[in-house]
Amino acid sequence: MATNILMPALSPTMTEGTLARWLKREGDAVKSGDILAEIETDKATMEVEAVDEGVLTRIVVPDGTAGVAVNATIGVLDGDGSEGAAIAAPAVATPAPAAAALHAPSPTAVPAAALATAGNRVFASPLARRLGKLAGIDLASVTGSGPNGRIIRVDIEAFQARPAKPAASLVAAPPAPAPAPATTIGAPHTLVPNSTMRRVIAKRLTESHQSVPTFYVTMDIELDALMELRAKLNARAPKEGGYKLSVNDFVVKACALALRQVPALNASFTEAAIAQYTDVDISVAVSIPDGLITPIVRHADTKGLAAISNEIKDLAARAKAGKLKPEEFQGGGFSLSNLGMFGVQSFTAIINPPQAAILAVGAGTPRPVVRDGQLAIATVMMCTLSVDHRVADGAKGAQWMAAFKALLEDPLGLLI
Amino acid sequence: MDTKFDLIVLGGGPGGYVSAIRAAQLGMKAAVVERENLGGVCLNWGCIPTKALLRSAEINHLLHHLPEYGFAADNIRYDLPAIVKRSRGIAKQLASGVGHLLKKNKVAVFMGQGRLAGAHTLHVDGKDLTAPHIILATGARARQLPGLESDGKLIWSYREAMVPPAMPKSLLVVGSGAIGIEFASFYRNMGAEVTIVEVLDRILQAEDEEIGTFARKSFEKQGMKIITGAKVTQAVKNADSVTATILAGNVNTELTVDRVISAVGIVGNVEDIGIEGTKVQVERSHIVIDGYGRTGEPGVYAIGDVTGAPWLAHKASHEGVVCVEAIANQPDVHPIDVGNIPGCTYSRPQIASVGMTEAKAKAAGHDVRVGRFPFIGNGKAIAMGEPEGMVKVVFDRKTGAMLGAHMIGAEVTEMIQGYAIARTLETTEQELMHTVFPHPTVSETMHEAVLDAYGRAIHF
Repeated sequence: MATNILMPALSPTMTEGTLARWLKREGDAVKSGDILAEIETDKATMEVEAVDEGVLTRIVVPDGTAGVAVNATIGVLDGDGSEGAAIAAPAVATPAPAAAALHAPSPTAVPAAALATAGNRVFASPLARRLGKLAGIDLASVTGSGPNGRIIRVDIEAFQARPAKPAASLVAAPPAPAPAPATTIGAPHTLVPNSTMRRVIAKRLTESHQSVPTFYVTMDIELDALMELRAKLNARAPKEGGYKLSVNDFVVKACALALRQVPALNASFTEAAIAQYTDVDISVAVSIPDGLITPIVRHADTKGLAAISNEIKDLAARAKAGKLKPEEFQGGGFSLSNLGMFGVQSFTAIINPPQAAILAVGAGTPRPVVRDGQLAIATVMMCTLSVDHRVADGAKGAQWMAAFKALLEDPLGLLI
Repeated sequence: MDTKFDLIVLGGGPGGYVSAIRAAQLGMKAAVVERENLGGVCLNWGCIPTKALLRSAEINHLLHHLPEYGFAADNIRYDLPAIVKRSRGIAKQLASGVGHLLKKNKVAVFMGQGRLAGAHTLHVDGKDLTAPHIILATGARARQLPGLESDGKLIWSYREAMVPPAMPKSLLVVGSGAIGIEFASFYRNMGAEVTIVEVLDRILQAEDEEIGTFARKSFEKQGMKIITGAKVTQAVKNADSVTATILAGNVNTELTVDRVISAVGIVGNVEDIGIEGTKVQVERSHIVIDGYGRTGEPGVYAIGDVTGAPWLAHKASHEGVVCVEAIANQPDVHPIDVGNIPGCTYSRPQIASVGMTEAKAKAAGHDVRVGRFPFIGNGKAIAMGEPEGMVKVVFDRKTGAMLGAHMIGAEVTEMIQGYAIARTLETTEQELMHTVFPHPTVSETMHEAVLDAYGRAIHF
């Protein structure tokens, strides 16, 4: 008997995903528990396991197909190997996935550029497409004003009218070249297709940068006491099942406790009200090969340093392998981005919506400081907090920074 | 009774009641104020009752052509009071349906004359209703031409024309817009001698000229007299007839008819609704609005006939929905594109159109491609005994945009929505050519007309 292999939902909100690749070929025998394929969503890659035994008789949705709807048939598994008759049935029973498969680019025949747009379908009316083609406009650079952002005639007309106007208004000066559309690149280049993650990063952070009024608060934090404590604690670590605390682990814990002291930043802005989070869940930015992901240390305020340290190690390792579960990176109330290990002294980070704040952590380096009117050397780490001004004002940001600084400079408090 | 609302609509016609229901759907507490009948002119004295009359006229026409379909019958006659009664009954049924719809949506209904009374206040029968948003949907009425004012007996407006106590033997219809033409068609098909007088040089001025010419020939073949470029300079009322002086060219002729129907245009109902002294602007009897129904006065909106042409129920309803959704800050709210509003005339033959006429398209600077297809090339039309009709489509030569579509013939009022969808979705000739039209249907003429614009019509 043939059964359809369906596109799994990796989270309750997932509606579609990318079928990254098949690990079995048509005709392969499959045992229960075998990994059939890998599904890529916004941020994670998940494996599709075989539930039944049989033969993978048909791959309906080929490798690299983006925008595959949840519950669409992606393949057919024949339980008793009696292929033939049963195989035709799924295609008839579920016409939608079959249609999706038709549109899917064949990975071998389609050049990279086409592949990149396949999962990023531009919705435009036929007339807008025609007008765009006639005018040589790349529809991807046009903002649609129709239903659900569909590009319609007036959008193309507005786009055509746009470059001419500012140029005309320039004072007598030599004719200003009309600004070229962002995506028209003249210099020699190769195209690197956007991964789902790159697109999500582009979309969410553009949204954040454009719509969240952000202010920044920077403070120097002296780490000498913390370094000393860290060395002592690490020296005590048992050989088996031990821990190795990093500065970042202390920072995570300090963030969590500071959020308990100044809960205003553990929040999200909504039009109706400010959502104040009950739990303290810290999203920790982890760099992975094709982007970044923010696994969450939940209830970080209640966890010990060793627990936090080991949890982050595990999360980061699985993040790099693309094996995080959606609930491990979706959510969180506050983000932390640490570029100290790259020698960065200070930077600002873009808020990770819908969160209200993110802390950018630089490297701890020996620096001259003035102590009691005397020059001294201290290990100083510069931290910059980005705050959504709709949620909290400057003084709140400063108050949080002060709490955070106090916790790190007198680190025994982190052990309680 | 509660007097505080989120939104109040003045007028319970197809603009008003639809606005109120949409508001209720969006969670607003809404009220409708109506002075006469829920459903407005459309349901009570316009679209619906005339369609009932025209259906009877169509049956009368068929009964007089029975041998063509293989039937024989003697002594064919009609019962005019029964025809009128049916029409009134249908109007009543639908108007009470509107009442139920409003009730179901928990929209409060106040029967009475309402007028604005200060900011966010509407005064009705001694009560002050308040709401941050008040929509004026008071509609329009027939324009009265001096000397041709309706008297309810010899000179009729649409109201009297809809409830004739007896069938006039002869009738003069002044004005050849949709309303004039529909009444002319009804009375002619019921056997009256009908003369149409139109001041402009052609009938159905809003339609494409080719369609207007087609219609005129068809009506004249049915026995109507049509005098264009003419006006009624005098109407002398006799005991049971009217003697009209018609000036055409420089020649006056006299015509004595049993009754006269005046259908010379529409004026907005802007009087006695309390807009004097507000920032609501009125131009040529119509309230000035922006694309979202906003008037110059904050919190006061207007939709439908009172805001001007096209005076169509579906335009009013849609305008109301856009207005309410904009008030409710809904996403993706867009002003109506007038070019996408279809217009229908339910004469025999029917006339329907959407978008620009060929002349208007050219005047707007388009290099056009025009396609035509006659019903005589359509199997279903011939089988139905309705070979008289045509479809005309106008495309922009360069972009393939469908600028307009114009149809005359059987069932075209039911088909024009196909082209309206095409226009709303901004399809080009390509998608229309790739659309599979079912066979055999009259709608195949729509496909063929598109093909013809590109020299590819198959059946003609």
